Amino acid sequence: MAWMQPKGDLIQAKPQGLYCKAGDFYIDPLGPVEHAVITHAHGDHLRAGSAKYYLSSACTGVARRRLPAEAQLRPMHYRERIALGETRVSLHPAGHILGSSQVRVEHGDQVWVVSGDYKRDPDPTCELFEVVPCDVFISEATFALPAYRWPETSKVALEILDWWHTNRDNGVASVLFAYALGKAQRVLAELFSHTSDSVYVHGAVESLVDAYREAGICMLATLPATVAAPTDYAGALIVAPPSAAGSAWMRRFGEHRTGFCSGWMRIRGDRRRRGYDRGFVLSDHADWPSLLRTFSETGAKRIFLTHGYTDAMCRYLQEQGINADALRTEYGAEE
Amino acid sequence: MRRFAELFESLDTTTSTAAKIEAMSAYFLAATPENAAWAAYILIGRRLKGSVGPALLRKWLFEEVQLPAWLVEETYASVGDLAETIALLISNKDALQPADISLTQWFTARILPLGAQEESERRQHIVGWWHSLPYRECFLVNKLLTGSLRVGVSRSLVTRALASALDLPRIEIERSLMGPWEPSADFWQTLGKNNGSLGNSHPYPFYLASPLQQQPAELGDRRQWLAEWKWDGIRGQIVRRASQSALWSRGEELITERFPEIIAAAAALPDGTVLDGEVLAGSASRILPFASLQQRIGRKKLTAKILNAIPARFIAYDLLEFEAIDWRPRPLVERRAQLERLIQGAALPVMSLSPALLHGSWEELAIARDEARARGVEGLMLKEWRSSYGVGRQRGAWWKWKNDPFLFDGVLLYAAPGHGRRSNLYTDYTFGVWLAGALVPITKAYSGLTDTEIRRLDGWIRKHTKEKFGTVRSVDPVQVFELAYEGIAKSSRHKSGIALRFPRIVRWRTDKPAEEANTVRDLQQVLALHNGA
Repeated sequence: MAWMQPKGDLIQAKPQGLYCKAGDFYIDPLGPVEHAVITHAHGDHLRAGSAKYYLSSACTGVARRRLPAEAQLRPMHYRERIALGETRVSLHPAGHILGSSQVRVEHGDQVWVVSGDYKRDPDPTCELFEVVPCDVFISEATFALPAYRWPETSKVALEILDWWHTNRDNGVASVLFAYALGKAQRVLAELFSHTSDSVYVHGAVESLVDAYREAGICMLATLPATVAAPTDYAGALIVAPPSAAGSAWMRRFGEHRTGFCSGWMRIRGDRRRRGYDRGFVLSDHADWPSLLRTFSETGAKRIFLTHGYTDAMCRYLQEQGINADALRTEYGAEE
Repeated sequence: MRRFAELFESLDTTTSTAAKIEAMSAYFLAATPENAAWAAYILIGRRLKGSVGPALLRKWLFEEVQLPAWLVEETYASVGDLAETIALLISNKDALQPADISLTQWFTARILPLGAQEESERRQHIVGWWHSLPYRECFLVNKLLTGSLRVGVSRSLVTRALASALDLPRIEIERSLMGPWEPSADFWQTLGKNNGSLGNSHPYPFYLASPLQQQPAELGDRRQWLAEWKWDGIRGQIVRRASQSALWSRGEELITERFPEIIAAAAALPDGTVLDGEVLAGSASRILPFASLQQRIGRKKLTAKILNAIPARFIAYDLLEFEAIDWRPRPLVERRAQLERLIQGAALPVMSLSPALLHGSWEELAIARDEARARGVEGLMLKEWRSSYGVGRQRGAWWKWKNDPFLFDGVLLYAAPGHGRRSNLYTDYTFGVWLAGALVPITKAYSGLTDTEIRRLDGWIRKHTKEKFGTVRSVDPVQVFELAYEGIAKSSRHKSGIALRFPRIVRWRTDKPAEEANTVRDLQQVLALHNGA
């Protein structure tokens, strides 16, 4: 990359992840470090092996399930300020999944915020994104193209319900693919106000549903998709991670239709290429208008972008006279 | 149009063929004859003449959005579909469900009149629709304007649905849909029933061969099969009725005027005759390569000079109608015997019979196939003697046993995003071979990788981009691919001086370093050996 980050920046992109020298900690490090501040519990942000983890209280339930038993956790309430080295660090809701946080780092007279992954749409499973005023905002850019504009979640929930009920009327099972952590629980919580039926879940989804219930999130009743006889699945809704698609595990459902919940489903080509019967546009990331709105609301004078369509967004911001650059990181585009 | 939008959505949201046929059939049954005719017209992929082309829509899109041009370009490249890009960027998110205007109304009252309007007036109408319609309607109207639905239904699926809705044989539906027709209530009411009166030049649907994937011996007794050369020309149908002759291409285009010498010869055929065969360039003694025929088709005006330099001929291989009777249900052995009598009796200089190959065993045929390339043909055709003449690509009775392709190793140089199902992925690749220590582009190729490989390569391309030129990226020249092609010719339009025919990827050679890829010299040698075939 032609652009080099200035050496004096409070937070630097290093091969191991985003590093703050003044506080001697990493944010979402890729490998083992001393102090790891965690934005959320998805696999590309929370990795085993670090000595001490700083994360939101709401994130600990899931993190405990994903880290080895001996891992040392320091839960933080949202907005609680702690001192790390010469910096003061606090976590603020990011609205991505349960316990997801933005990291606010204060050093001298400057404030930096690392967004982690975030969205602005309401979500019954997590606190709404909080606008944190800052000088420098380090943002994700997963869906940073103007084509990505999300429909209202309530409309999408009704689409899912319709699809399920049509399949039920036809006597076939509905297998809905959604990422095991976050999206699956969001769907179960969104459907909660529309039906009282139970839903079957894949093993990978099940333990995380438990963690969400422990955190007090209301969701539809769930049953493990291991117990029933094949005939019992006719007309049922099954929530499974996308990795289960096409696996031998699917055979138990007999005749079924498949659906996928993801922001990628906004584009028809993506929808058709992945071969699901239905795509539902439901994302846990910010869409194009939300990204722009957020940049403006934080009042940040500099914007850094970590992953996604960083080049397009950077160039767009630069042309608008905004100081923006892309940082090279290894976060994934899954959701 | 609400019903049609719903149909589109059911087609778009299922991968099951049975469900697609069912959805279309239900639509045809419930729709008014006019709407049904228009839907059939659009679904089989017919285009409106004088409609608004994609270039104008694109131009207006750029003018309408409040975004820099490069960003619209990038978004379009990522979406891979113009109609959809417009709907994603402009459609009205808050629009209420619009009043339902029928599909026919959309065409007759709104879209067709555009043809006679000034550009500014057309712009005003279309841009007005973009801003007022909600996403789904906006997208569909753009699709109707550009005329390619790309909703994963083949022509054969549509005809099966029509046959089921109208309770008529598919073969009759297919015939009615051949050649030009206007969507109207009248057309719908006579669809599949009026084939006797459809005009004298009406062709039959072509029967298409499937690629032979098993060993030929698995087809059973060699004597049950007719073997012919697979000619490398344009598949054509000569229709001779009421003292008039017509020549149709497989793309259902009337190409009568392009081949006057064939039409002149067809006058010697008795009325009520339809032949299936191949249009080729050359004389009886020397068939010219396909590239010559292409030159001939490319000419708007046929001068005496070009008629002399590139004469055309017709090689007949089947008889579909004789004495005004449809012979397609009869076995090939019977059709072929009559065809031989007909062609030999007529003794025409530019029309001949596709000879039956007499090699008595599959092994001997395999040897003959090895010589196919030297003869300027694409391989062999195998047709079962007792088979009737089918419709479309029905497997089982006609096989094409093609030549093994040429192979070479090329290095990936550039990648661009694909379209449709491959949007948002880098799937359009340009490959290079060595020339004097540097890699020069030799060909593009799009197909041959699995979905998993495409995704893996896409990730690699994004991480190893050297430079961006609009939506095209140059990449580190290290990935080697084995590529196959069917033919090679000299070309002044290509930097390498060589053009390849039907290039595609065979496999990703992760085991090979770029230095071991082929050279321009290697390909020139192949070219010299095959003399431009």
